[in-house]
Amino acid sequence: MKELKPAILMCLLFTILCGGLYPALVTGIAQTIFPRQANGSLITDANGQAVGSALIGQPFSAPHYFWPRPSATADFSYNPMASGGSNLGPTNPAFLNTVAERIADLRATGVTDPIPADLVLASASGLDPHISLEAARLQIPRIALARNLSEDAVADIMAIHTEGRLLGLLGEPRVNVLLLNRALDFKR
Amino acid sequence: MTLPNDLFQFFGLLGALLLLARPFGTFMSRVYNGERTILSPILTPCENLFYRICGVDRTDEMSWQRYALAMLLFNLVFFLTLLGMLLAQPVLPFNPQGLPDLSWPLALNTAVSFITNTNWQNYSGESTLSYFTQVVGLTVHNFVSAASGMAIVIALIRGFVRRTTATIGNFWVDLTRSVLYILLPLSLVAAVFLVSQGAIQNFSDYKTVPLTQSLSYDKPKLNAMGSPMLDQAGKPLTEKAIAKEATIPMGPVASQEAIKELGTNGGGFFNANSAHPFENPTPLSNFMEILLILLIPAALTRTFGVMVGNPRQGRALLGVMLFLFIAAFAVLHWSELASTPMLHHLGLIGGNLEGKELRFGLLGSNMFSVATTATSCGAVTAMHDSLTPLGGLVPLSLILLGEIIFGGVGSGLYTMLAFAIIAVFVSGLMIGRTPEYLGKKIEVREMWMSIVIILISGIVVLISSGLAMITPSATASMANPGAHGLSEVLYAFASMANNNGSAFTGLTGNTNFYNLLGALAMLIGRYVPAIAVLAMAGGLAEKKYVSPSLGTLPTDQFPFAFWLTIVILIVGALTFFPALALGPIVEHLSMTGVN
Repeated sequence: MKELKPAILMCLLFTILCGGLYPALVTGIAQTIFPRQANGSLITDANGQAVGSALIGQPFSAPHYFWPRPSATADFSYNPMASGGSNLGPTNPAFLNTVAERIADLRATGVTDPIPADLVLASASGLDPHISLEAARLQIPRIALARNLSEDAVADIMAIHTEGRLLGLLGEPRVNVLLLNRALDFKR
Repeated sequence: MTLPNDLFQFFGLLGALLLLARPFGTFMSRVYNGERTILSPILTPCENLFYRICGVDRTDEMSWQRYALAMLLFNLVFFLTLLGMLLAQPVLPFNPQGLPDLSWPLALNTAVSFITNTNWQNYSGESTLSYFTQVVGLTVHNFVSAASGMAIVIALIRGFVRRTTATIGNFWVDLTRSVLYILLPLSLVAAVFLVSQGAIQNFSDYKTVPLTQSLSYDKPKLNAMGSPMLDQAGKPLTEKAIAKEATIPMGPVASQEAIKELGTNGGGFFNANSAHPFENPTPLSNFMEILLILLIPAALTRTFGVMVGNPRQGRALLGVMLFLFIAAFAVLHWSELASTPMLHHLGLIGGNLEGKELRFGLLGSNMFSVATTATSCGAVTAMHDSLTPLGGLVPLSLILLGEIIFGGVGSGLYTMLAFAIIAVFVSGLMIGRTPEYLGKKIEVREMWMSIVIILISGIVVLISSGLAMITPSATASMANPGAHGLSEVLYAFASMANNNGSAFTGLTGNTNFYNLLGALAMLIGRYVPAIAVLAMAGGLAEKKYVSPSLGTLPTDQFPFAFWLTIVILIVGALTFFPALALGPIVEHLSMTGVN
């Protein structure tokens, strides 16, 4: 068993190198150059208190807020301790019934247009912070009415929080729901 | 979601990959040949220190038996340390959430999963594993399991290159060089880049924040044992609760994310894996992660070509991989764009976005799904369980083909070379000549080993899935009814036996049945082919070189690449068509029939 000694020593060395030095070095560089990102892109209120992360969605259901995508996380929607998708198959009757209910809820608020899929289909992480521009526009009349604002005023705030494709190519145009809703509250 | 943009991005990805793979493949061939590289001034002293401490002589050449023994012992030591770490989690440091130890079947499954480069996860990271386990345990395994695969394929390439010798290199040297020169420097750069996009990297406590709008929900009632209470009808009892705050998990994510993609490992820090915004925050980070997954497997074809003295040999294999990759992506993307008749009927527009993140859209999600299952990565940005039936057929088929379309780091190329040997042999039979590949005669031993390498995972998948179908406790784990449930089970064992690690996640995998049978499937699927590869390498190294003659089939040209593609598809179809027909294909037919 000539190879047993190097096996044990290599295990020790690689653990120190890849499990100790490497993460420590990445943490050091990250905390120095990108401290905001490395600590979770937290957003703070006027008192400097953390109120969420720009990357992690939050649940909204009141009429005066933009609604995010449905979330399949355990216990309550957008529970960051239980990230995950619904894992329901596309032909599962339970899935189709749930989607039909969500559509009915939207229709009940006066929506008549075709519905963008992202607004009624759950995300992969359950924490998706974004909705599509179409999904946001659909909700403007409801929010304007609930907040006693003009639809143009709501659309203006939405435009500020719209992200386009990177270089006109990568990703989908989208709105960050948490940031947008906080901006609406701030305006009031 | 426009077609020209989609095509531009997809071919942009392939272009970027080819541009990087060539120089990087040449770099790797220099590393494994022990030649001077740009990193030598810094890393050679470090490498020498490793050998001195471990008592390794770099000129000490090994027979294939010794090489295999060293590889197995090294993996065994790592397996035991990780198993110990998982069982002793509460007494180890860096556990701010006070997470408990894992049950032994789960610990066994997890430890096997990470040494075999599978990274199948029957647990959810944020609520199960401490920072210590994630970093000192899993991150390290991501490096060494990938490096083990790379060492094995390099030994096989040496088998083709060397003539009439009994040795195939030194495992400790190949292993050390894989980590020091290739995996560590790239991971470091990639991790810092991912942080710049928003991936987190800290050792802080989880952060509790108030919700902007509090939310009332039905909370499941738990009994004193902590399991859900059921009413007389067997439904879970709930009580009204209000969520006023959310706890956001933290941790050293980016450092693990980088090696997880680069080493085609795939084990996520969080349950949602690369769909989690802290692992994969932007469309750009998504693009880079896909590149990282494909880089080493694609570059290894160049390394192979350079080392055997004819880069065209590597290019022929790369061409086969690219063709199958493009075909797989086309089917998946088309199917997800088309969505399902049921969703159309409900009046939805915009494709099948269930289980996908909006920032990546259909395109970014689909490119990732194909990349992660063509290689043996298994990280996910989209939940494969929620793909359309034909869409879900694509990742499942890619895994079942043995992950040769780029494939795992090392394991992909060695399995592809086994297919090449089969193709050479079959064509040799057809034209009535002794088959040769790269100047080595293909004889009984090479054929035996190639067949073992190619068929072993298929045998394991079909037997295990069959066992699951006749075991009531195993079928109870399925989340979806009917044909889709069979797809879930088939996918689970395909993923474990081929060391992929992605899943149709609806399946409840944390049961004794899946933990234990899965661990066995992963062990057989990893080590039986690995030992067969080394045995073949040893045999090839002993052979004389045969100069190509008029009767030799040129293996660096288009006709051979075409022939190899056909052989791959025929072997795959013969092995798995019946099982696929009962799962995704039946689901698709019944779905379109509804219309």
